[in-house]
Amino acid sequence: MAEFGNPDVIEEEVDILLIGGGMACCGTAYEIGPWLEAAKKEGVDISVKLVDKAALDRSGAVAQGLSAINTYIGPEQDPADYARMVSNDLMGITRDDLAYDLGRHVDESVHLFEEWGLPIWKTDENGERYDGSKGMASLKDGGKPVRSGKWQIMINGESYKWIVAEAAKKALGMDNIQERVFIVKLVNDKNDPNRIAGAVGFSVREHKLYVYKAKAILLAAGGCVNLFRPRSVGEGQGRAWYPVWNAGSTYTMAAEAGAELTLMENRFVPTRFKDGYGPVGAWFLLFKSQATNAFGETYMTRNKDMLDDYPPYGQAAVPASCLRNHLMLKEMREGRGPIWMDTVTALANLRETLSPREVKHLEAEAWEDFLDMCVGQCGIWAGENIEPEKKNSELMPTEPYLLGSHSGCCGIWVSGPEDVGAPTDESADGVPEHLPKGWHWGYRGMTTVAGLFTAGDGVGASGHKFSSGSHAEGRMCAKSMIKYVMDNKDRAPELDTSVDELIEEIYRPVRTFLEHKDYTTAIDVNPHYITPRMLQFRLQKAMDEYVAGIATYYTTNEHMLAVAEQKLQDLKEDALKMRAKDLHELLRAWENYHRILTAEAHMKHIQFREESRYPGFYYRADKNFVDEENWKCFVNSIYDKETKTFKCFKRAHVDLVDKSKLFK
Amino acid sequence: MPSFVRTDKCDGCKGQDKTACMYICPHNLMKLDMDGSETGHAMKSFNQEPEQCWECYSCIKICPQQAIEARPYADIVPLGGSVQPLRGTDSIMWTIKFRNGTMKRFKFPIRTTPEGSIDPYGGKAEADMANIGKPGFFNHNEQNGYREGNPAELICK
Repeated sequence: MAEFGNPDVIEEEVDILLIGGGMACCGTAYEIGPWLEAAKKEGVDISVKLVDKAALDRSGAVAQGLSAINTYIGPEQDPADYARMVSNDLMGITRDDLAYDLGRHVDESVHLFEEWGLPIWKTDENGERYDGSKGMASLKDGGKPVRSGKWQIMINGESYKWIVAEAAKKALGMDNIQERVFIVKLVNDKNDPNRIAGAVGFSVREHKLYVYKAKAILLAAGGCVNLFRPRSVGEGQGRAWYPVWNAGSTYTMAAEAGAELTLMENRFVPTRFKDGYGPVGAWFLLFKSQATNAFGETYMTRNKDMLDDYPPYGQAAVPASCLRNHLMLKEMREGRGPIWMDTVTALANLRETLSPREVKHLEAEAWEDFLDMCVGQCGIWAGENIEPEKKNSELMPTEPYLLGSHSGCCGIWVSGPEDVGAPTDESADGVPEHLPKGWHWGYRGMTTVAGLFTAGDGVGASGHKFSSGSHAEGRMCAKSMIKYVMDNKDRAPELDTSVDELIEEIYRPVRTFLEHKDYTTAIDVNPHYITPRMLQFRLQKAMDEYVAGIATYYTTNEHMLAVAEQKLQDLKEDALKMRAKDLHELLRAWENYHRILTAEAHMKHIQFREESRYPGFYYRADKNFVDEENWKCFVNSIYDKETKTFKCFKRAHVDLVDKSKLFK
Repeated sequence: MPSFVRTDKCDGCKGQDKTACMYICPHNLMKLDMDGSETGHAMKSFNQEPEQCWECYSCIKICPQQAIEARPYADIVPLGGSVQPLRGTDSIMWTIKFRNGTMKRFKFPIRTTPEGSIDPYGGKAEADMANIGKPGFFNHNEQNGYREGNPAELICK
């Protein structure tokens, strides 16, 4: 009988393994069904398994729900317009091929969501807004969404993930879905170090370790949260802006398998309602609210000239997100805080033109914006007696987050579409020989490791795909993984490490605990091990103080980075001494290991990029400028798992759509 | 705003095939204390790591006994407020109680189709292997959402 310390080992071989259960993997699970049927007709039976560390109904970043779908192109806009917006928001360095491709596909997923039952707000011919339950024409049939911005549409999205998961479960079948198993490490192929062969993990509920062999793997396990010290360090620590269960697993596992990372220096520092992280998008865009300093001055107007310091990115109709932070931070640094969201004036202005019925509806809309996706903010309003029509709320820039699907673009370098004019060669020097030259190498969404794919937060250099785009990206991977498996159907994956060694490694924190637990009388204080919780605090302290966290107003320099490098090195060594007193802590141990390597990649990329590309997200005080001549390029890296070091290098940036249109 | 379980309402889902909150929590926080050795309350669940709670309310929404609530985080928020949902099959009701006693209630739709009614491929075209390397999904003509784009926009093509 399996017990703690003596787990069962389950070995399984599938053709395609999906790691993660969020929007991306649900997209893959849906799209892959008809292609499996098509492959069967050609005599190829392909098996698929989805492995999620949580439960599909409420896993991933959309677990709580959402109040908007942030990427919906609509029939009136061109995918090229979308690619331009993504590029400018991320200071000019994105892969137009990836953004364009996403832009042309994404509405397909949104239309499906509506068909499945997601309520999408609509407007009538008079511009009046209705919630999504009123039976108005669907988007697919020409219904008009409520635009809260050029790309965003409002939804009643409490059950968004529940609905998307239902479709994914039915499409793939529950027999092919394994919940509550946390994959912690990928395994390369014995006969080809640059090919994927499998993955290992453990159940967080039963004493079982899992060893999967697979021809193709989709790794889509979200971004990275809580690698920096958050603003809330007590009971509020878990109430991060992005979901706290996003632990950098995607970036770390891919890096260790040899995949090329891109723009890991990029981060997202969202400005949100203070302490609850309530969304601001609808307040700015739908309710037309202004953000001001303590004296009622709108900082975007007061500090407008600062946008001209960063041409052309500050001069677009909507300046890059980081620059909007940059203008706000000036107020905070110079002592003109707090920063207020002027909800009182915004709602008063709207009331002037509305009927009493519409005013009541407006109040409900304002609350729903939080209740759909960020209930905690309502808890703060309730506790602090804030009614937004009577009392303004504070805004605050958060601790940094690493992600590739929201307004950030760190992630993994992937193969793009072949029909949009992307480069087929590489003009920058220093790219390691074994890596592909151009921007596509046969399979859309495949990383530089053969058979390893990614989507959503995993895909770097593209950003702004959000929930709908992540789903669409997962669907693209379904197609390309089928193609890959068909092309490699006779190749049997062979693990480059023995099963015994793999299980020894992933179970190490348990063994460490069992070996040393009786050395002291206090279970958490023991010189032979470190708790995952304390390890996380060490990581957060180092990142916050030296790698441009909130402690320094997002500022660092080469000397501070050198200190951080040493601290992270020690931390990585000590990670081998993490303990796990139960399966729950084993989950935390591995999550924190993933955070450390992701943090190291972030630090190394900031160190390599000798400029401050994202003012407002981070500043290198020693290189406090944007250097278009030398640094308008991708910074990419690969990790050597033998020497345990990252190597950074440049890749050339090319525009595939004309960006000057943004400034006309 | 970590979730907490009320002793007077939680029955450990003993009549169900699984403990609902434990099944659903995305961060593996909810745990059934079978014998009471961890909480002093046998066969009731608890939040084993409240400082890691994202306040996603998944456990609160799914609890068949409405035994789970959330208390705004003690390190930030003044006491007395609460936000409590009642999730049905097509809508959700929210009751918000302010510290000063003000109450607000809202009801929002959550779904326009019956739960469990999705027919993923019903009426949709089959995939054609000849298209696997081309842009578009297996059903893109049917769904009317593929945005072809003006080819002149692609300046390197």
